[in-house]
Amino acid sequence: MNPLRRFLRTPEAVAGAILLAALIGMALIAPLLFPGDPQAIAGPALLPPFQDWSLPLGTDRLGRDVQAELFHGARTSLAVGLAAAAAALAIGSVVGTLAGFAGGLVDEVLMRVTDAFQTVPSFLLALAFVSVVGPSLGIVVAAIALGTWTGPARIARAEVLSIRERDYVASARAIGMHPLEIAFREVLPNALPPVLAMSSVIVAAAILTEAALSFLGLGDPNRVTWGGMIAEGRAVLRTAPFLSIVPGIALVLTVLGVYLAGEGIVETTAVRRGLS
Amino acid sequence: MTRALILLRRRLVGSVFVLLIVVIGTFLLLEAAPGDAVDAYIVSTGGDAGMIELLRHRWGLDQSELTRLANYLWALLHLDLGQSVTFSRPIRDVILERLPNTLLLMVSATALSFGLGSALGIYAGARPGSARDRFLSIGSLALYAVPGFWLGLVLIVIFAVDLRWLPIGGIETLASDKTGLDRAADIAIHLILPVAALGFIYLALYLRMMRAGMAEAWRQDFVLAARARGLSRRRVVLAHVARNALLPLITMLGLQSAQMLGGSVVIESVFSVPGLGRLAQEAVAARDTPLLLGIILTSAVLVVVINLLVDIAYAFLDPRVGAGEAGA
Repeated sequence: MNPLRRFLRTPEAVAGAILLAALIGMALIAPLLFPGDPQAIAGPALLPPFQDWSLPLGTDRLGRDVQAELFHGARTSLAVGLAAAAAALAIGSVVGTLAGFAGGLVDEVLMRVTDAFQTVPSFLLALAFVSVVGPSLGIVVAAIALGTWTGPARIARAEVLSIRERDYVASARAIGMHPLEIAFREVLPNALPPVLAMSSVIVAAAILTEAALSFLGLGDPNRVTWGGMIAEGRAVLRTAPFLSIVPGIALVLTVLGVYLAGEGIVETTAVRRGLS
Repeated sequence: MTRALILLRRRLVGSVFVLLIVVIGTFLLLEAAPGDAVDAYIVSTGGDAGMIELLRHRWGLDQSELTRLANYLWALLHLDLGQSVTFSRPIRDVILERLPNTLLLMVSATALSFGLGSALGIYAGARPGSARDRFLSIGSLALYAVPGFWLGLVLIVIFAVDLRWLPIGGIETLASDKTGLDRAADIAIHLILPVAALGFIYLALYLRMMRAGMAEAWRQDFVLAARARGLSRRRVVLAHVARNALLPLITMLGLQSAQMLGGSVVIESVFSVPGLGRLAQEAVAARDTPLLLGIILTSAVLVVVINLLVDIAYAFLDPRVGAGEAGA
């Protein structure tokens, strides 16, 4: 059976794919549906949801349209989640490949550095990094990647250790290929599948970390973020709890979609490769 | 016992290196910050150029980066973390004052997530593929997708604002002269919501690991043998399947400690718990770099110690862990 059909037969995976598609749709049509600044005042302050159909989700403390903010927030969450995960996977695979392929002192040093990064709570590291360099979208991405590359690095290293003894690596050596070329053109691509299998967990963690940073006021101040919306709503938690609850639900559905779809993809492809 | 000691010694040596990397790395990172403690101080108090010059000199900030790093490491050897500008007190004292609250929060949340998570994992894994297994698997995934700080706010809305059953934040009732058991009960009531918010997120992790481990164990020969011997299902599940699935969870306990500590930063902020995490946020807000450095360092030491304890516990629980392979 081909992997796509297998994927479509798993209800959890399909549910995840639908959630993700909805999120990506939201992110893509946000500028078309809500052109202009989502942080502009759109109506009376603290309008409850489902009162005025031009503002279906109501307005926040300053009279900003919650629905517009929600759609634009999807862009930030998705962009940061994907970019941070891509950066973490890239750094992790390169460090892991270098450590595993070079062995010896290089391996020892790189792995101790990995240990050090895993010893500092990654959220604390991200907090310190953003506060030092100043909050902007790129810095938030870098801060999250800084705390998440260690997992992929360990997995890539373990995989490289088993690959480097294989015949095709020995033959690449025999024809006089440069070791770095062997490492990155022969070994790394073959070590990637188990590393990529972690992507959904890493994207999900990155989205949650971004939300937490924004919640603490360390997100990009020029962008709408769901974490920032939750923090905004916190000031009126007693009278208008929906302002914090609605963006939180969006976060939960997004992360859940990423997990379910990711798990579905890993399972269907693992079966195809005969691993399960 | 000697096995555990050898393991401990080997791990200690490695840990010192790791902590050294953490100190130097964090020191250099925070050095890169625009503005220093003097700038932060002058912003809050005001002062002229002469004052700035004087303070820079007094706090040793006019020396080179390398000299200051060396001075910092030397001071660290004497367990001196320096002076906090914002609190006008030694950083060590400020941290030690806040640490117990964070530890209390972490230990309680870990107990909740590990205890309830593994119990539910056993319940789900006892009958793989059953309705309750599927329900718990999906439910735990949904829980894992919930941001802890948001769960905290939702709990506040329900239990503190609407029902008024529990306090909205803080670690104990302010200006109450409670002592002994009364005070402990007061703290416990204040901790219910933050512990729930922090613990429920990680519960999913232990549940899923336990379940996966049990699914694996069901396929093993010794389980088949136990069933063939005619042991009751309950006995097979608890004494053979679950017992073998429990060991990896204990390793996870150590690996998760750094995550837990990071998570408590946000949870402490939501519930105004005066712990290490809130202190980190205060340090960020006040640009108190030495204080932030001290907090990161303390957290790293805490994580290292927890992992050492977990390794030792593991060596006792799993007879297969020999001293030879312990350093891997």
